[in-house]
Amino acid sequence: MVKEKIKVENFNLYFKDKKVLNNINLSIFENKVTAIIGPSGCGKSTLIRSFNRMNDFYNAKVDGKIIFDGININDRNIDLSNLRTKIGMVFQKPNPFPFSIYDNVAFGLKVKGINDKSFIDEKVVKSLKDVWLYDEIKDRLFDSAMSLSGGQQQRLCIARALANDPEVLLLDEPTSALDPKSTQKIEELLEVLKKKLTIIIVTHNIAQAGRISDYTLFIYLGEIVEFGETKKMFTAPENKKTEEYITGIFG
Amino acid sequence: MRKFKEFSFEFFIYLSTLITIISLFIFLIPIFKNGYKGIFPEFLFTFPKNGMTEGGIFPAIVGTFYLTILSTFFSFPVGIITAIYLAEYGKPKFLVDMIRTSISTLSGIPSIIFGLFGLSFFVVRFSLEVSLLSGSLTLAILSLPIIIRSVEESLKSVPVTFKEAAYSLGCSKFETIYKVSIPVAFPNILTSLILSIGRVAGETAPIMFTAATLYSRRLPKSLSSEVMAIPYHIYGLVTEGVSPEKQIPIAYKSAFVLLLLVLIVNLSAIIIRQKLRRQRRW
Ligand SMILES: Nc1ncnc2c1ncn2[C@@H]1O[C@H](COP(=O)(O)OP(=O)(O)O)[C@@H](O)[C@H]1O
Ligand SMILES: [Mg+2]
Repeated sequence: MVKEKIKVENFNLYFKDKKVLNNINLSIFENKVTAIIGPSGCGKSTLIRSFNRMNDFYNAKVDGKIIFDGININDRNIDLSNLRTKIGMVFQKPNPFPFSIYDNVAFGLKVKGINDKSFIDEKVVKSLKDVWLYDEIKDRLFDSAMSLSGGQQQRLCIARALANDPEVLLLDEPTSALDPKSTQKIEELLEVLKKKLTIIIVTHNIAQAGRISDYTLFIYLGEIVEFGETKKMFTAPENKKTEEYITGIFG
Repeated sequence: MRKFKEFSFEFFIYLSTLITIISLFIFLIPIFKNGYKGIFPEFLFTFPKNGMTEGGIFPAIVGTFYLTILSTFFSFPVGIITAIYLAEYGKPKFLVDMIRTSISTLSGIPSIIFGLFGLSFFVVRFSLEVSLLSGSLTLAILSLPIIIRSVEESLKSVPVTFKEAAYSLGCSKFETIYKVSIPVAFPNILTSLILSIGRVAGETAPIMFTAATLYSRRLPKSLSSEVMAIPYHIYGLVTEGVSPEKQIPIAYKSAFVLLLLVLIVNLSAIIIRQKLRRQRRW
């Protein structure tokens, strides 16, 4: 039985007067990977950034509901800091801070006000192990994160988000800047991570969505065209547009 | 034709560079040639004697040091906080516009006007007298625009992706600024601040009526003491006194010392930046 983790109801989003997301209704299921696909500019990033209110910085106006843990995260007075630790995010371009590897992973804990050194140490090591980075870098924990390769940096960013013990992990085209080998490693990693958390991933790469996701959401011009189980959507899409996109006729 | 254009363009670039370098040397050579002899240690560490015709410039070095450090004490906090406000908050618009107008006006004012302002405002209005305090405050105001602009630039050059990362990890705006923006911009901020020190150390006009005295046989004892300062000392040696043949060589030596100090400050700024940058590349 799948459990609903996030429910989106009649959600609209505007930048200035431009409607970027139109009447989104959607369920995100626990311990599943949901892929968001669609041609560029259709609103994938905007949608995934709606789950942790990252569009606030660009003065987005929203209406409708996004229910997470029983509360509507679009409410004015929710604790955004708390929301963003529960719903972590990884960005398109790896963006570790130009601090040490250790400080990157410990960052979220310190923001939370945790000072217990041994707790932080443990958590840093565990998070790095969770992304299979620990063995590669265990003797240079205090080197700059900038010395890592692109793929390692992206896994470090995942570790940095994991250190907050999120329930949901948002990834916006996390592998689009990486080589195939690093990409594969991250795909395998997500396969393991979904046992513990719920994953939403935007991807430009349709094959990737097919490989790693349980559910797929196809959006076009800010609207949901089709949403359903990946297996079904990739074998027998209901919508003509979906079929065209998946088979590469447009995009 | 195109080749010719390209050639003449490059030619002018090289010519301009050459002119710059030559001017620098024309400017530096006489000071170095006439100033380097007998600097260490007597000249640096003794008091002036017999009017200003003999002895060293110890109190002027100390005075310049005090003036500079004290002025940073006022200018750094105000400058840094204003820069953070401009770079990171930038609202409401009318306040930002007001600050920007003030900064550009301030930076266009000749330094002698700062001196007169300091005289009427700090020295007379606030009865601070001609003192270390009045001079430092005047210098602080003079250096504010430079500090604000360069610190703001440093903060603005922090990639927005770092800030997004901070927010996505639960930071508030304030936490993002002091846990990410400032640490990331730190090498550049530090360099800007040190460079502004070098700038302040060499100013003459702002301290002429507010802090400096031509001749002192004691070191400044408190904030309300008058102080000697190297740039004003040079000015005095050249324009006042009765034995220019003895004073001019001392002026050269003093100029040499001042240049050396400023060069050391600027060089340390560059070295510190290089060092810190190497640790954090992105
Ligand atoms: N901060 C913003 N301000 C105004 N318009 C934006 C902003 N971000 C995105 N948009 C617009 O919203 C639409 C969707 O963009 P985005 O979500 O980035 O698409 P995708 O990730 O699918 O490529 C685009 O038309 C884009 O121009
Ligand atoms: Mg995008």
